Amino acid sequence: MKQAIIIVLMFLCTYCLTAQVHVTGSVRDNRGRILAGASITLKGTYDGANTDSTGRFVFKTTEQGSFMLVAGNIGYKSVAFPVILARDTVRVNFSLKEEISELKAVVITAGAFVASDKKKGTVLKPLDIVTTAGAVADIAATLQTLPGAQRVGEQEGLFIRGGSAEEAKIMIDGAVVNNFFYSAVPGIAQRGRFSPFLFSGTVFSTGGYSAIYGQALSSVLSLESIDIPERSEVQVGLSPLFGSVGFQEVTKHKKSSYGFSYNWTNLSLYQQLVPQAPDYFKAPDFHTADANFRFKTKGNGMFKIYAYFNAGSLGIRNPSLDSIGLKNAFNLSNKNFFTNISFRQSLGNGWKLNTVASISYNKDQIRNEVQNADNQTNPVTHIPEIDYNSFQLNNRQWMLQARAVADKRFGAMNTLRFGAEVWNNSDSSRYNNQDGAFPAAVNDFYTAAFAEADLYITNDLAFRPGLRTEHSGLLNKWNLAPRAALSYKLGQNSQVTADYGIFRQTPDRRFLANNANFDFLRADHYILTYQHIAAGYTFRIQAFYKDYRSLLKTDDAVRNATGTNGNGYAKGLELFWRDKKTFKGFDYWISYSYLDTKRNYNNYPVAAMPTFAATHSGSVVLKKFWVKQMFGMNWSWNWSTGRPYYNPNLSAAGFLSNRTIAYSSNNFSLNWLPKIGKANSVVVVGINNVFNELQIFGYNYSSRVKDGNGQLINAAVVPPAPRTFFVGLFLSWGVDRTQQQINSNL
Amino acid sequence: MKKLFFIAVMLVTGFANAQSRYDGAMEKGLAQLKEAKTPAEMLTVSAFFERVADAEKDKWLPFYYAARTNILGGWMDPKADKDKSAEKSKELIAKAEALEPNNAEIYCLKQQVAVQQLTVDAMSRWQTYGAVAAEAIAKAKAADPENPRPYLLEGQYQLNVPEAFGGGKAVAKKLLERSLTLFNNYKPASPFHPDWGKELAEKTLAACQ
Repeated sequence: MKQAIIIVLMFLCTYCLTAQVHVTGSVRDNRGRILAGASITLKGTYDGANTDSTGRFVFKTTEQGSFMLVAGNIGYKSVAFPVILARDTVRVNFSLKEEISELKAVVITAGAFVASDKKKGTVLKPLDIVTTAGAVADIAATLQTLPGAQRVGEQEGLFIRGGSAEEAKIMIDGAVVNNFFYSAVPGIAQRGRFSPFLFSGTVFSTGGYSAIYGQALSSVLSLESIDIPERSEVQVGLSPLFGSVGFQEVTKHKKSSYGFSYNWTNLSLYQQLVPQAPDYFKAPDFHTADANFRFKTKGNGMFKIYAYFNAGSLGIRNPSLDSIGLKNAFNLSNKNFFTNISFRQSLGNGWKLNTVASISYNKDQIRNEVQNADNQTNPVTHIPEIDYNSFQLNNRQWMLQARAVADKRFGAMNTLRFGAEVWNNSDSSRYNNQDGAFPAAVNDFYTAAFAEADLYITNDLAFRPGLRTEHSGLLNKWNLAPRAALSYKLGQNSQVTADYGIFRQTPDRRFLANNANFDFLRADHYILTYQHIAAGYTFRIQAFYKDYRSLLKTDDAVRNATGTNGNGYAKGLELFWRDKKTFKGFDYWISYSYLDTKRNYNNYPVAAMPTFAATHSGSVVLKKFWVKQMFGMNWSWNWSTGRPYYNPNLSAAGFLSNRTIAYSSNNFSLNWLPKIGKANSVVVVGINNVFNELQIFGYNYSSRVKDGNGQLINAAVVPPAPRTFFVGLFLSWGVDRTQQQINSNL
Repeated sequence: MKKLFFIAVMLVTGFANAQSRYDGAMEKGLAQLKEAKTPAEMLTVSAFFERVADAEKDKWLPFYYAARTNILGGWMDPKADKDKSAEKSKELIAKAEALEPNNAEIYCLKQQVAVQQLTVDAMSRWQTYGAVAAEAIAKAKAADPENPRPYLLEGQYQLNVPEAFGGGKAVAKKLLERSLTLFNNYKPASPFHPDWGKELAEKTLAACQ
C-alpha cells in the first residue's frame, strides 16, 4: 500500500514539476521589416503566441521532445522550423516571404477612376450620380465634376482633356454605344439616354486606357450593367417632366430576372411653368421602353440581354442672325434602338470568357426652316446666307458589333487577356436644300485584335503591357497600337502609376463620304499619377501630356476630309480629393484641372486652343445625409475660366483668341426617402444655378449682318433658361425573395 | 489484483487527463474571453482558440470561438480594417462549418461578419450585405428554433435600421423580448457551447423603451 501511495504521489508530483521551456524569437519579412501580430504555433499543441509591436514573441510550453515551430502571417508564406524542447530556452528568428495575394497587391488602374464595390476608392456609383446636385441624375454631367472632363454647356458628349466629343467612347458591358446621348439640338447639350440605376460599376479613364478598348483618341467610359437585382420590384416615377412605370421580377433562388419599363417625357408643362428663351413650338416629347432578361448559368456565369427603344420629337425656333425679323425653326424627330447581349463564364483552370454582341439603329429626321415674323415659311430671298439655312437632313445609322475577351490567370495573380472584336458601321444620309438632294453613304467594317498582360513582379510592382491592332475596311489600312502601364506601391494605401500608349481612331465617318483614302488619327499619351486611397479618403494628382500626332483636316465648310496632317498637344495637371469620413454623414469632393492645349484640325487656319477647353476648371461637391430622418442635402459649385469662341471679324492670326466670361454654377438638390404606405419612395427636388449666375457658352455670329462698326453681329449662346428646376417622386414596391425562399424551404 | 486495479486507475486517470487537456484549454480560453478588454487581448484569445482548433482538427467549437473573438476584436478597434478582419473571420467560420454544417451558432457568426462589413460603407452596402445578414438569421432560426441568439442579433440590427425601412425601436423590442423568453429556457449542449447574450439582450431591450 505504501508503495502504491508513493507511486501515485510521484506520478502526481511529476505532473506538478513538469519542466517549462521558454520559446522566444522574432518574426520579420525577407527585407528585415518587423511583422507585428504574426502567429507562432507549436504544431500539434495548443501552445504559441503572437508577435508584439516589436515583432518579438515569447511563450512557455510543457511539451518535451522534437516539434515543428510554425510562424505565419496573412499575406506571407508560413515557415516551419524544427525545435527540440528540453530545458534550455529555445530561440528562433523567422524570416517570412511575401505571398502575392489579391488583398495586398498593388491595383493596376492605368490612371482610371474605378468604381465598383470590389475596389476601394469608389468614385461614382449610381447613388453618387443621383445625389450630385446639378447633374439631374445624368451620368455625363456627374463625370464633369471629376477632373479631366471639361464642362461644355452647348454640346453633348465627354470632352476629355482638350479632346473633342468624338475622341471619347462609351461602352456598356464592353459594347460601344453609338448614340449614348440624345440627338443634337443646336446650342443645347443633351443628356445621356440611360438611367444610372442600370449600372453597377463605372470605369472612367481620362487617358492611357487598356488595350482591350480602342478607337478613342482621348478616353473611354466603361459602364457595367447590374446582374440579378436583389429583389422583385414594381417602380413608378412621377414628375412634371415625365412619368415612368416599370417592374423587375427576380425568380426563385435568384437564378434569373426579367423586367420592363416605359417612360414618357414631355416638357410642355415644365416649359409653361419655367419660361424658356427659345421658342419651343413643339415641346420635347419622348417615349422610351426598355426590357431586360438575365440568368445565371452553371459555374457562376451570367447571360444578359438588354433592349432599349426610344422615339421622340421636338421643335425649337430661334431668331435668325442672318436677317433681322427672320427666324430659324429647327425640327428634330428621332428613333433609336439599342440591344446588348452579353455572356460571361468561368471555364475552369483560371480561364474566364467575356463575350458581347450588340445592334444599334438610329434615325434622325432634321428640318431647319427659315420663317418670317409670323412663324410662316419665308419665301426664297435669293440671299445665299439666308436661303441655305433651309435644309432637310435624314440620317440613318446601323451598328453591329461582336466582341470576345478571354482571361487566363496563372500563378497567384498574373493574368493574360486577349480577344478580338468586329464592328460594322453603316451610315446613310440624305441632305436636301434649294440645290437639290445629296445622298451619301459610308460603310466601315472594322476588326481588331488585342492582348494584354497583368504582371505582378512583386506585391509592390505591377506591369501591364498591351498591344492592339486594328483594321478599317473603309480606310483599307491597319495599325498597331502598343500600351504600357507601370504601378508601384509606395505604402499601404498609396501608389504611383506611369502610363504610356499610342491611341488610334478612324476619322469621323461623316467627313469620309466622298474620299476615305486616309490613315488613322493618332494620339500618344504620357501620364503620371499618384494616388492615396484609404478607407473614406481618396487623393489623386495626375500630370499628363497628350501628343496629337495626327488629326483630321477638312475643307472650309467642314464637310469633306482633306488630310490627316492636323496635329496638336494637350498637357496639364489634375487634382482630386474626396473625403467621406472626417465629418459624420458628410461626403464631399474637390476637383481641379489645369489644361494647356492647342490643335490645328478641321478647318482651323492656325493652331489654337479649341472651343471645348478651358485653362482652369474645377468643382466642389457636397453631400450630407441624415440616416435617422432619411433626408439628404446636396450642393455643387462648378466653375471654369472662359472658353475660346470663334469670331469671324478677326483675321486668321486672331483665330479663337477671344474668351467667354468665366463659367460658374451653384446647384442645390435634396432627397428624402419616406415610406409611403407599403412603398419605398424617393423624393428629389433640385435647382440648378441657384444664384442666377450669367452663363455664356460662346457666341453665334451672323454671316452677313454688320453693326455700325462694320463688325458682324453676334448673339450669346446661353442656356435655354437661366435656372433649371427638378421635382420627382419615385416609388417602389418590393417582394423580398429571401423570405419567400426560406418559407418555401420549411 | 491490487496491481492490476492500480494500473487500471493510472490508465484511466491518464486518459482522463488527455481528454481534459482539451477541456482545460477551452475553459482557459473562455475565461480569457471574458477578461479580454482591449482589441489586442481579444485577438490573442482568437489566436489561442485557433491553435487549439488546428491541433484538435475535428472540433468545431474552438474554430467557432476563434471566429467570434476575431469578430469582437474587429469591432473593438475603430481603426481596424474591417474588410480584412472579415476575411479572417470568414476563413475560421468556413473551417467550423466544414466540421459542423447547418448549425445556428455558426449562422449567427455569419450574420455578425456581414453586419461588420456593411458598416464599412452603409450607403452602398446595406442592400447586399443586409440581404446576406437576413439570410443568415433566417437559416439560424430554421436550424434551431429555440436558440435565442438569432433573435438577439436580429433585434440589435433592426434597432439601427430606420423605421421607413422596416426597423426601429418597436420592431427591435418584439425581437429582443422573444430572445429573452428563449434565453430563460435554453440549455446549451455542453459547458463549452455558446451561452452568451442574455445580458446584452437585456441591455439592448432597455435601449428600446
